[in-house]
Amino acid sequence: MSYVSLYDRDHEMDHHDPDTFLTKYVWSQDHKVIAIQYGGIAILVGVVALVLSILMRLQLGFPNALAIINPESYYQFVTMHGMIMVVYLLTALFLGGFGNYLIPLMCGARDMVFPFLNMLSVWVYLLSVIILIASFFVPGGATGAGWTLYPPQSLSAGTPGTDLGIILMLVSLGVFIVAATMGGLNYVTTVLQYRCKGMTLMRLPLSVWGIFTATILALLAFPALLVSAIMMILDHSIGTSFFMPAMISAGEQLSYNDGSPILFQHLFWFFGHPEVYIVALPAFGLVSDVLATHARKNIFGYRMMVWAILAIGGLSFIVWAHHMYVSGMNPYFGFFFATTTLIIAVPTALKVYNWVLTLWQGNLHLRVPMLFAIAFIFTFIHGGLTGLFLGNVTIDLPLSDTYFVVAHFHMVMGVSPVLVVFASIYHWFPLMSGKMYNETLGKWHFWLTFLGAYAVYLPMHYLGFQGVPRRYFSLGNTDFLPESAHALNASITVSAIILALAQILFFVNIFMSLRNGKKAKPNCWGATSLEWLTPDTPPKHGNWGHDLPEVHRWAYDYSVPGQEQDFTPQTVPASEVPVGRDHGVDHN
Amino acid sequence: MTITLIFLAIIMATVIFWLLRQTFNVEPWVSDELADEVSGASLDLKPQAIALTTFMAVATSLFALFASAYSLRMEMPDWRPLNEPLVLWTNSAFLVLASIAYQWSRNHVANTDIGSKRVLVGLIIAGIFSVLFLFGQLFAWQQLNDQGMYASSNPAVAFFYVFTAMHGLHLLGGLYVWARSITKIYEKQDIRLVRTSVELCTIYWHFMLLVWMLLFGLMIAT
Repeated sequence: MSYVSLYDRDHEMDHHDPDTFLTKYVWSQDHKVIAIQYGGIAILVGVVALVLSILMRLQLGFPNALAIINPESYYQFVTMHGMIMVVYLLTALFLGGFGNYLIPLMCGARDMVFPFLNMLSVWVYLLSVIILIASFFVPGGATGAGWTLYPPQSLSAGTPGTDLGIILMLVSLGVFIVAATMGGLNYVTTVLQYRCKGMTLMRLPLSVWGIFTATILALLAFPALLVSAIMMILDHSIGTSFFMPAMISAGEQLSYNDGSPILFQHLFWFFGHPEVYIVALPAFGLVSDVLATHARKNIFGYRMMVWAILAIGGLSFIVWAHHMYVSGMNPYFGFFFATTTLIIAVPTALKVYNWVLTLWQGNLHLRVPMLFAIAFIFTFIHGGLTGLFLGNVTIDLPLSDTYFVVAHFHMVMGVSPVLVVFASIYHWFPLMSGKMYNETLGKWHFWLTFLGAYAVYLPMHYLGFQGVPRRYFSLGNTDFLPESAHALNASITVSAIILALAQILFFVNIFMSLRNGKKAKPNCWGATSLEWLTPDTPPKHGNWGHDLPEVHRWAYDYSVPGQEQDFTPQTVPASEVPVGRDHGVDHN
Repeated sequence: MTITLIFLAIIMATVIFWLLRQTFNVEPWVSDELADEVSGASLDLKPQAIALTTFMAVATSLFALFASAYSLRMEMPDWRPLNEPLVLWTNSAFLVLASIAYQWSRNHVANTDIGSKRVLVGLIIAGIFSVLFLFGQLFAWQQLNDQGMYASSNPAVAFFYVFTAMHGLHLLGGLYVWARSITKIYEKQDIRLVRTSVELCTIYWHFMLLVWMLLFGLMIAT
């Protein structure tokens, strides 16, 4: 392994050296601590959203069995569950958590370019979470408008939380966007500017490509949410009519004029659809690295994988209106958005083929991270295919607002990214903590989660075909629904409870392993990328000791023929071990 | 949404084209001694410059979305065009002068040493005109308010308040960095730090001027 000194970057070592408990663990500017803070907050608030989903499932499976769930609270649970899971858990965890931890390490940097801004980002994120959670406790409670917050319903009497709840939600989103922008500026600048010597863009692991592109999407798409949040706050508090139409509420003419609810929908989905890829692209990147490492094979079609990430990123901005087919639109627009939606499936499918081809004839090690990564391919194909159904206007119209949609988006952007989150946590846990997790507990956690997720979401597709509408507190005695639909709902609820309880295994595993886990060897998976090549496990402040690493090859030199070791780290010069396909090639 | 789409298409096309250019004809799976010499520093850009460019892309997206919302909302029957207060022309002149003063400052900071009073004078003039612009905007608010044109009166008025407020907030953020530049000069910090700060602020002020011109143009044209 060879290293190079870059003395002109030594200032990165000492300009924020932590020496007290507070600066080391609380007001830390170290990207690894900030990553764990981001991850910790995100998972904590994610558990709240998980509990909310169980409360909803109890009502759906066993109507009126619990007195605390009434129609108002049910809608509040729906709203908060959705918003927390999409924005405050997944976005924050992938960008703030994994982005913060992996970008500097994989690029061979000591830290982010702007460490203070990075620290500010996590505290502003915490503030946004506190504001959001506070909305549960204000008079009127949290908003119950659904996570899409469509006006006029979100501001109209009869919807829970129209006093303070909706305002706190919008303010919280605004604060979150500020945090995400601060983080995003750091990630973009760090990837472009702080790559170590030899780390060309095309030698970056796909994790960095995924997180980097998702960050660009986040930076350009979040303003749409901010714009709609600002305008909705004004509609609510000073009586403007950006979104609120002229309407009569409880027999009384409201002061609003001809505001356009459709305008809100455009703005919301202009953010909302790229948001799907803000969550998906980092997952695509991370899972690629987990698969290649545990299959001991180079990722199939690396360059195509990079192009696919970029193509998906670009296309994700011109598909938003496929969420609005039922809002009424010019059929030509519908045709346009259906076409772009189907086109975006091409690079996505390409990625799936490449993951499967990476596994083909690989030396598969079915450890816990690999199990989760392979499971992701299953659930993602499943959720992706139902997306093709819904992307077509004619099929979407009857299925819209049914449980088919719920099943689709939970499979594709709920279960799939969460499986990648688990794959990544198990994969990088030895690096982050210096301890090994318990393999048996991990496998129990995997099987219960994987099968549990199918037991919950597969039947929902059938409920959707039956016409069971989403977001209904109670189905009552509806004639078109057979008794079996209710039985299926009860079964889904029982599965969901088992699935939720199975997550306790994960937390037990993490805490037990942190306390009593076996010490992790450096580079325990035999990986090639830089984060595993730090002098200490876990990496210390400044990551690399005195000298920054020097890179000589891409991140996927696994099982190069003729080599004793089935991996060649990125820092090994070509003169010592031939680079990938150079094997057996005589350049002279 | 056309305005947003055009803006975003340009930004995304630029980003994706630049990234793709780094990937065409590159075969990372073979050895490449030239690539061994490449690093983040090869870009030859200051990190602050990348951060500012990124931030301006975010702000562009924000204002483009506001402009799109404006054009979509205009189509509704209750829209009454706003007679923009005349003071906005004076304010625009203030912002132009602030931008010129910043440019003047920047030209001197590039050529002279830190002791140059011209840099400081240029910065102070730019600051004064920027503050005058902001007060001028508040004065325009006051005028509209006195005429009974509240945000709830008409969507065109509401958009006027929102546009000016958002633009003003961005300029206030710029003034915070402006104050830090002045502090750096007073504290006689490293000339390179001052240079970076003044150069980037100049770009930001020109950007703020451009945004204001486009927003103002949109409002008077409709």
